[in-house]
Amino acid sequence: MTNHTDRELRRILADVLGLKPAQVAEFDADTGLFGHLPELDSMSVAGLLTEMEDRLGFIIDDDEIDGELLETYGSLLAFAQAKRAAA
Amino acid sequence: MIGTWPCPAADKTTAQEYAVSFDSSRTKRLLILPALFDEANRLRRLTVEVMRRLDGAGIDSFLPDLPGCNESLADFSQLTLADWASAMVAAARHFRASHVLAIRGGALVVPQSLPGWRYAPANGATILRQMLRIRMLAAREAGREETQGSLIEQGLVEGLELAGYRLSPAMIAALQSATPPEETDQSIIGQDMLGGSPLWLRAEPDEDREQADALAAVLALGMAA
Repeated sequence: MTNHTDRELRRILADVLGLKPAQVAEFDADTGLFGHLPELDSMSVAGLLTEMEDRLGFIIDDDEIDGELLETYGSLLAFAQAKRAAA
Repeated sequence: MIGTWPCPAADKTTAQEYAVSFDSSRTKRLLILPALFDEANRLRRLTVEVMRRLDGAGIDSFLPDLPGCNESLADFSQLTLADWASAMVAAARHFRASHVLAIRGGALVVPQSLPGWRYAPANGATILRQMLRIRMLAAREAGREETQGSLIEQGLVEGLELAGYRLSPAMIAALQSATPPEETDQSIIGQDMLGGSPLWLRAEPDEDREQADALAAVLALGMAA
């Protein structure tokens, strides 16, 4: 399930931001997201979160959305894995 | 190519609404229900590109404006999903549609009696949550704190502006619970059938020839049977 979340999260990032799958495949835990990817603006943050909810099967509360969540790929993945484990 | 159709209005009169149409009086006639709200803008290019391809394949197609959207003079802030559903029944009748394609939230207001397809149908709640979140994040950037819960509460009483649309309390309530109808003769087209990534998720309107080719092929094959 951990691998599945990782794979699906990369796919969601590629879909929402229009990135090439090859670029997303190279993301590691330290890859910066918000502020590092020009494609990721506040408009697409909304799309990203909603798509994560739909495809990964959990609900993200308003107060869970903060700067740290989208800081790196590692932080976003850890969040998604924790939400799935709790769901 | 741009025509009008008579649409029943709330006050029992009839309004003229616009539609993009490829009409050569052929027997295969596809009514297209656009995606809703801001998703409609991001998918409009794809939608019209599909219509061009269908025209080349001998199929007439019609893309009506939903009342209150695009060129429509109807007051958006007075509308709810039920108004769009009855408008689309009237459009289907006017254009003598033989089939229907509903895109995303269009599936929430699709005439159920027509055979056809739904491309990536969406629940009302998902569409609403996405628009609430955009507003919330924009407010946060401007230094104001809004929450989805308080926005919904406010919206159900006095209406709410989301993604540039003034949604009535009735529209918000309808979106919260609306799901595409289950028992119909309409098959689902998933994004995996078109390849590429979903254009409604782009922050900017975009186009994709290959997706348009694939979607038109699914429709043309289905209507040839």
